[in-house]
Amino acid sequence: MSNLRVAVEFSSGAELLFDGCKKKELLLPIADENDVWTLKRLIQWLKDTMLTEKPELFVDGDRLRPGILVLVNDVDWELMGELEYQLQSDDKILFISTLHGG
Amino acid sequence: MSSILRPDEVSRYSRQMILPQIGSEAQTKLKNTSVLIVGCGGLGSPSSQYLVGAGIGKLGLVDGDVVETSNLHRQVIHTEKNVGKPKAESAFEFLRSLNSNVEFEKLQLRISRANAIDIIKRYDIVLDATDNAVTRYLLSDACVICEKPLVSGAALRFEGQLTVYNYDETTPCYRCLFPTPPPLGAITNCSEGGVIGPVPGMIGTLQALEVIKIAIGIRPSFAGRMLLFDGLDGIFRTVKIRGRKKDCASCGENPSITTDLIDYNEFCQTPACDNSGGQSLKILTPEERIFALEYKNIIDDGIKHVLIDVRPENEVNVVKLDQSINIPLKKIQSNEGLQKVKELIENSNADKLIVMCRRGNASQIAVRFLKENLKSDKVEIKDIIGGITAWSQQVDPKVPVY
Repeated sequence: MSNLRVAVEFSSGAELLFDGCKKKELLLPIADENDVWTLKRLIQWLKDTMLTEKPELFVDGDRLRPGILVLVNDVDWELMGELEYQLQSDDKILFISTLHGG
Repeated sequence: MSSILRPDEVSRYSRQMILPQIGSEAQTKLKNTSVLIVGCGGLGSPSSQYLVGAGIGKLGLVDGDVVETSNLHRQVIHTEKNVGKPKAESAFEFLRSLNSNVEFEKLQLRISRANAIDIIKRYDIVLDATDNAVTRYLLSDACVICEKPLVSGAALRFEGQLTVYNYDETTPCYRCLFPTPPPLGAITNCSEGGVIGPVPGMIGTLQALEVIKIAIGIRPSFAGRMLLFDGLDGIFRTVKIRGRKKDCASCGENPSITTDLIDYNEFCQTPACDNSGGQSLKILTPEERIFALEYKNIIDDGIKHVLIDVRPENEVNVVKLDQSINIPLKKIQSNEGLQKVKELIENSNADKLIVMCRRGNASQIAVRFLKENLKSDKVEIKDIIGGITAWSQQVDPKVPVY
């Protein structure tokens, strides 16, 4: 059993869903070489282990709730396969809420 | 519309004209460019100032609100003497005094499905300086239809975002990025969440810079990219965002949104408004609530009671009623908070528990929670309709509204 090291970051208000946490390094357990961490799995994991606010402010079923953007190493996750993207070692996953104020 | 520069204009704009990227050619382009600024607030203030200063040809100023005292810390083109005046008029006054060469159009209205396309098609570039999701969808859809670039900024708390939508066939529209509006509970505006003035100041200033680049034919830096600014940690981050989506309802290959636009309030399930105090919850029955004046009677008659203020501690520090005890809503909903409420009731020997908040929404949630969890028929629990805002407006004007 080994670990996959990734950093998750929350900004533009998304951190308020995680008790103010803006950045955290995670060691995600990997059972064997066929065990992959997709963004979908990470989101569920974050929901189950780190989320401190109501789940519907972060997820919508097994998807992310509308209005949150995910960036994989500063690139829109839409360009990376969205929920199916497979996390790589040292990836930096950033969750941001869209702002509307002005 | 095309005009050349006069000698006084050359002197006036000389400091930017000597830049190799500007010169008389680009300065003339600026003079022949019209920009629509939607929202004359925290983002509209800096962006309009710099565009007017730079010698933009024509500026449209859209805003249906009036200047409020609570705007002045960030909406710096408005002055104390203009509190109560329409923002479009107040902005015009300031901007005209800054540069009388600029042509202005005051649009003292709320941009809507009915008027957006007619207004936008008269301008070259649109600057989104609005304060709500509803208007952001509307502007994006209308800019796609009118084929105008949309320079979009947003700010809240200590954070800001900036991007340019619909600049060319590769850049997405707002809807490509956010095809589904966020749920109601996830939207926070400046009136609820707070905002520090320099953050919209920064973002609005950068919006002006992007507009200038578009006007003079330089590709804007934030087309296809988004700036994320964290003013608390001093972090600027630029991220790459998706391209135009083929299946986008607005700018895709088979758009479902056409010149009729759509009902945006219905789409977002919320009205386009920042300063009304948000939506009103209806959790309690009228019998479970009291008016601010009724609470005043309780005090005047010396009736024994406990007043709990469920707002966050930082808001209580801004203004509170002396006799109130602060237990934030979140804490009330925990064992510790519940225990504290029980102790307060026991120690005071009161049979009345009054709950208040800012505007009478959180207090309803608290009352319902307390009734279900205290399970006491000895104590009557009610909340104050309209919260401390109503207290200020109906009982004690010395208590500031925030």
